[in-house]
Amino acid sequence: MIKDQEFLKSKASYCLDLAKKMGATDSSVTLGHSISETVNFRNKSLEASDRSDGLALSIEIYIGKKRSSISSSNLLDENIKTLIEKCFETTKITPEDEFNSLPDKSLLAEKINNLNLYDQTRFENDKKINYLKELEESAYALEKIVNTESSFTENRSNFILANSDGFCNGYKTSSFTASCVTVAKDENSMERDYEFTSKRHLSDIKKPKDLGKKAAEQTIKKLSPNKIGSEKINLIFDTRIAKGMLSAFASAITASAIARGTSFLKDKIDQQVFSKSVNIIDKPDMIKGMGSQSFDSEGVKSKTVNLVKGGILKNYLVDTYNGKKLNLQSNGRSGGTTNLYFENGKISFEELLKNSSKSLYIKETIGHGSNIVTGDYSVGATGFLVENGQFKYPVSEITIAGNFKDMFKNIILANDLEFEYSVNSPTMMIEGMTVAGK
Amino acid sequence: MSNFFNKSDLTRKDADTIVSDTLKNCDDGELYLEESKSESILLDDNKIKSSNYSSDLGFGLRAISDEVVAYSYSNEISKDSLKSSSDNLKSTLKSIKGIYNHEIPKSNKKFYEDINPIEQKTLNSKLEVLNKVNEFLRKKDGSVKQVTASFLGEQKSIEIIRSGGESLIDVRPLIRFNISVMLEKNGRKETGVYGIGGRQSYDDYLKNENWKNVCEEAFRIASVNLESKPAPAGEMKVVLGPGWPAILIHEAIGHGLEGDFNRKKTSAFYDLMGQKVASEGVTIVDDGTIDNRRGSLTIDDEGTPTERTVLIENGILKNFMQDRHNARLMNTRSTGSGRRENYRHVVLPRMRNTMMLSGKQTQDEMIKSVDKGIFAVSFGGGQVDITSGKFVFNCTEAYEINNGKIGSSIKGATLIGDGPSILKEVSMVGNDMMLDPGIGTCGKAGQGVPVGVAQPSILIDKMTVGGTKI
Repeated sequence: MIKDQEFLKSKASYCLDLAKKMGATDSSVTLGHSISETVNFRNKSLEASDRSDGLALSIEIYIGKKRSSISSSNLLDENIKTLIEKCFETTKITPEDEFNSLPDKSLLAEKINNLNLYDQTRFENDKKINYLKELEESAYALEKIVNTESSFTENRSNFILANSDGFCNGYKTSSFTASCVTVAKDENSMERDYEFTSKRHLSDIKKPKDLGKKAAEQTIKKLSPNKIGSEKINLIFDTRIAKGMLSAFASAITASAIARGTSFLKDKIDQQVFSKSVNIIDKPDMIKGMGSQSFDSEGVKSKTVNLVKGGILKNYLVDTYNGKKLNLQSNGRSGGTTNLYFENGKISFEELLKNSSKSLYIKETIGHGSNIVTGDYSVGATGFLVENGQFKYPVSEITIAGNFKDMFKNIILANDLEFEYSVNSPTMMIEGMTVAGK
Repeated sequence: MSNFFNKSDLTRKDADTIVSDTLKNCDDGELYLEESKSESILLDDNKIKSSNYSSDLGFGLRAISDEVVAYSYSNEISKDSLKSSSDNLKSTLKSIKGIYNHEIPKSNKKFYEDINPIEQKTLNSKLEVLNKVNEFLRKKDGSVKQVTASFLGEQKSIEIIRSGGESLIDVRPLIRFNISVMLEKNGRKETGVYGIGGRQSYDDYLKNENWKNVCEEAFRIASVNLESKPAPAGEMKVVLGPGWPAILIHEAIGHGLEGDFNRKKTSAFYDLMGQKVASEGVTIVDDGTIDNRRGSLTIDDEGTPTERTVLIENGILKNFMQDRHNARLMNTRSTGSGRRENYRHVVLPRMRNTMMLSGKQTQDEMIKSVDKGIFAVSFGGGQVDITSGKFVFNCTEAYEINNGKIGSSIKGATLIGDGPSILKEVSMVGNDMMLDPGIGTCGKAGQGVPVGVAQPSILIDKMTVGGTKI
């Protein structure tokens, strides 16, 4: 059973009281409990089951402007006491930092929004097994599929965040995730692809048949790929890659990267960063949203923020510490974005494909090729050559490269946005990027 | 060494009884107990940004029957908690009839000492080094705009209890010291990163003001990048420098030789055992037995002593890396490669220190033989698609080669290649094998484990360089 709020609250106040008694001027504590159960399938039979039950505690202690922290999974009072003592001693000798402080009291969340983030439905392992069986059978029904692996995870979490300014709040969340990886083989190559679904509520996840079939179809399409020559070409990014661009953008506008001067978007507020048609929104209060939250990891209330409007950068992601450095108020983004998305563009997916006579559709990228200091982007990729709106043949072992500064200004978005994950994008075209191949 | 039973209502005898009862009729499995203590101290933006201490304690109970692995973990070590894990496993593994394999090899060798690096050095002395690093770099050159330096220290104690009560223990120290420096000149910003580490005390790495060398190297890399030009795009010859660039071997070949992918036939190498997969002269080993290295282990996370496993010998594929589970299903033995990030995770076959051994040529000969290509000295992260065999990695320091001479430095390009064929393109193997500085972490199935790599300089005849200049 997941620990209730009362249990977490009593542990939290034990920590805060102890820290205060020892002489801490301020303190904050986060306590979480999470239970997750996973069943893994491979080639239509049970492969593994995995149950995890974990508690986590982290405490920050302030002595004036000095701060340090500890974390532990051991919640026995005796252990907590030892750790807080150790943390207090460490804090004493840690140098002062004028920007260290708890968040401004007036910014703290007053209530928890009812965002419907918890579904108490149990999905017993036997039911998970049936789901995965159906999923893999539908994947295997397609010719050339030689291997399938799938898993179903049911997760429940509860947490409490409390600080010495009287903030004490938390709530339960749940998630149900099913994923499928398929391998297809023909005389020329062996390829792998995947599909997954993840929702707060069990009833919202994709049907097993559809999930398996989609993974299998995507994999088979990749068989017998060609390598193409090196050239400048228009790239179309599948939604699952396009959302990665949004994540790279988000990491470049964290107040920490801006304050440290290690972002290519430093000093770009109120400037044209994207093409004029681009709007980027971070919305924390979506019902059942995978990234929804009532407050951030410091307790600051999170409201909807328009990050980019008409292509112009409007806001950074601000936490308390870096906000003080930049002279900005926290906007409840300590811990990053919530539900982040590009607003839909004007044209349909089909129109985007026909937008140029020849383009490369990118379905998967590998490598960690985003440099947020310089904006340089270079990754390995696989995809499809598109001519006159038609998919021609699969392409692999190529790299794509550019610089975000130029790429962002050349984005054209389709109107096929769906809210599946915590970061969502419609299909995206970027003109004139470099592909390296033969 | 940790005593996992002195603060719990769970006695050693209870644990033995529950483990033996759970694993009755199973093919394998164990109780894994772990206690870890870790610290991280970070200097950033002229200040000590954070100092964190963390302690973690928990167990994982695993039962294996035929191909099915059931696992349950908790961070509460108690009789109730272990019993409920046991019940959970039993409910997954219905109607089983295996025979428990009690055999596990033994060795007295140890590859690091039972020390706690965190306690060996006072916090004040660590803060002092970080502040010196910051001052040293900022004084060194006006272009230095940002300095980040950190210490990470850890001590992990594990105990493995097998059915029948056999117990195996290990205490593992691990440290890492890292510096990142950002320079700005004429409106251009570039970063240089360098670090060192291993299974030893901080002092072993920082004696004789060795931290200065780490600063110099991070600064040098950033300076080189400040002058870099756009990288070429297309297929060309690539010379890899010795040491850390062996991440190429790790990504391109290593993952594909892990037992699980081959048992499941999802690796591009699964049907190539005994066949030629690399040029003659290419020998690759995975070695867990080098003293104090980041990827070394006295015993793996199933209790098997580690070894030096020959993966490829003179171009011929000889062995996969195995944990007990995959070894049993493939009718072979464990190579001591069963690893997990911590008690929250199941064991997987993983790399330790993956090394290509020295050949006869010199780096000079390689460079001179190249008309047009690149010379890659250092890399950031890499990744591989096991099934198609395609892999990438990102250059953090690289140069153009024109007519046998090293030219200007080039911007962070991605190199992409095909795992099963890349080693056949190796046409020269250098005589200068070098270990990496002790910084690698390998990710697989959401689990990160410390690893090492090593190689001499090598010449690859054909690889795709992902620059922007056509």
